[in-house]
Amino acid sequence: MSLKTIRPATGFKEYLPKEYQDLIDDGPFLRQRKVSELGSFKEAIEEHPMCAGCAMTLFIRLVFVALPSLEHTVICGTAGCGRLAITQGAVPFVYGNYGDTNAVATGLKRGLDIRFKDQPKDVVVMAGDGGLADIGFHAVMHSWFRKEKFTTIMLDNEVYGNTGGQDSGMTQKGMVMKMAPTGKKFEKMDMLGLAKTAGVAYTARISTTNPTRIANTIRKAVLIAREVGPTFIQAYTSCNIEYAIPTPKVIDDARDVEKDRYGFAEYFSDEAQSYWDESEKERKRLRKAAKKIK
Amino acid sequence: MGNKKKTQYRVVTGPEGILPPAATLMGISLPEEGEGLVEGEIVSEAEALEKAAIALLTRKNPTLFPGPLVLWGWNDHTDEKAKYFFDVANELPGIRIIPMPDYRPIYPKIDPEAVINPCHPNLTVLHNKIEACVFIGVHCHYASITLKIIRAGTNCYTIALCAEAGHEDAMASVPNFDIEKLIRFKDTIIKVKKNGIKPLYEGLGIVPTGWSQIASLKGKTPIKPEEELVEAGVSGAFSNELESGLDDNAE
Repeated sequence: MSLKTIRPATGFKEYLPKEYQDLIDDGPFLRQRKVSELGSFKEAIEEHPMCAGCAMTLFIRLVFVALPSLEHTVICGTAGCGRLAITQGAVPFVYGNYGDTNAVATGLKRGLDIRFKDQPKDVVVMAGDGGLADIGFHAVMHSWFRKEKFTTIMLDNEVYGNTGGQDSGMTQKGMVMKMAPTGKKFEKMDMLGLAKTAGVAYTARISTTNPTRIANTIRKAVLIAREVGPTFIQAYTSCNIEYAIPTPKVIDDARDVEKDRYGFAEYFSDEAQSYWDESEKERKRLRKAAKKIK
Repeated sequence: MGNKKKTQYRVVTGPEGILPPAATLMGISLPEEGEGLVEGEIVSEAEALEKAAIALLTRKNPTLFPGPLVLWGWNDHTDEKAKYFFDVANELPGIRIIPMPDYRPIYPKIDPEAVINPCHPNLTVLHNKIEACVFIGVHCHYASITLKIIRAGTNCYTIALCAEAGHEDAMASVPNFDIEKLIRFKDTIIKVKKNGIKPLYEGLGIVPTGWSQIASLKGKTPIKPEEELVEAGVSGAFSNELESGLDDNAE
């Protein structure tokens, strides 16, 4: 959590594995990397044990690129497919128990704010639909009611993927799964509506079709959470195993679902909107000034 | 030192079996300042340091496992501590340095010559045939589990030089291990050698381990072995047999 943590103590660099040396020399720390730069720098996540073609992994990879200050971020997650990849990232990860992820994140965020008064520290909850909408629902809602200043990202694969295909609250009504043979009985939960009602400052619904848009949305959510209040991103990250989507067709499926029912949508509270407009103006001014200097 | 109840249980080199009891549950207590712990028994700090020095000088493939607290330059103090760490290393012939840079579960595969991971430290110990090791700068909760896994499945003599209270599950441990104690440890190693303990390995210095360290210490840019094969035109070195499928009937 200190800038110096990405600097080895004197004499130790040559004893570090190559992957760590690369992270120090050409990693994503201390400067914001762009999606267009992917492949030209050492990413915070590289190897992972997720299934081939997993859309969730692509999304997680993009989150690691998008986080506005990786070296000052703690990710909080829970059981589920996602954390298998998230824990491989070069960012501190705190494993909340199933159900209390947002409560753990609350404690972390408040503690970090007390400990580091002059340095904003971002806490990001990233977990699946089971961890956030079903089992972690009460902690998620109450963190929103309390206006806790961190981002919650739901990796919505619409199923309990790594326990054999049970339906979750986020599964579409009528969907027949391996462990829901008679079909899902209820409507998909309206988490975005609930978030808005609970007073979340910024919400977005997104799919894995457009990497730049994903990065921009994540960045926006984290920056707004830092200054204004809770933010929520609901991302469609299909489970190609449980939904039997052929690996090469995963992005095609994301496009179809996006067109059909998961189109990009974002909502700003008034306060979040005015903060974002102001900060956009400031960024434009700085960009212009930098161009002039060049 | 004298008031603590004695226990029959001894924390000795394993393999002790898949689930060894936590030493603390078996009645082993932690040493106070000025004391050390050797195989579960509280002794003087000097004796603990001596036993640790002898193990590192006489057992096969001695290795230092620096953890994040000493490995990363958190502040000036860690930089200073690193200097004394290397002073100790240079007094141990044939010593290897395998870092534990963080606690990420390294899946799908770790490189046991390059790194040790608290989730499966036995892989590194077994692969490198390490029979004596030092943990330094590892956060206590990870050190405790790591020491237990090593005691469970390997014959490695574990030494925990802990900046806090020490570790019951190590074969030798000294608490509050600061720079002064690192200097004392170096002096102890020198004294032990002078007193006639013949080091198993001759010569001075650190033995590099793994392709990455070897390249870096030679001043070269490390290139992964598989990338080297590709550069040499031997691409897909391991793919052929997988492409053709494995012969189930092959002996």
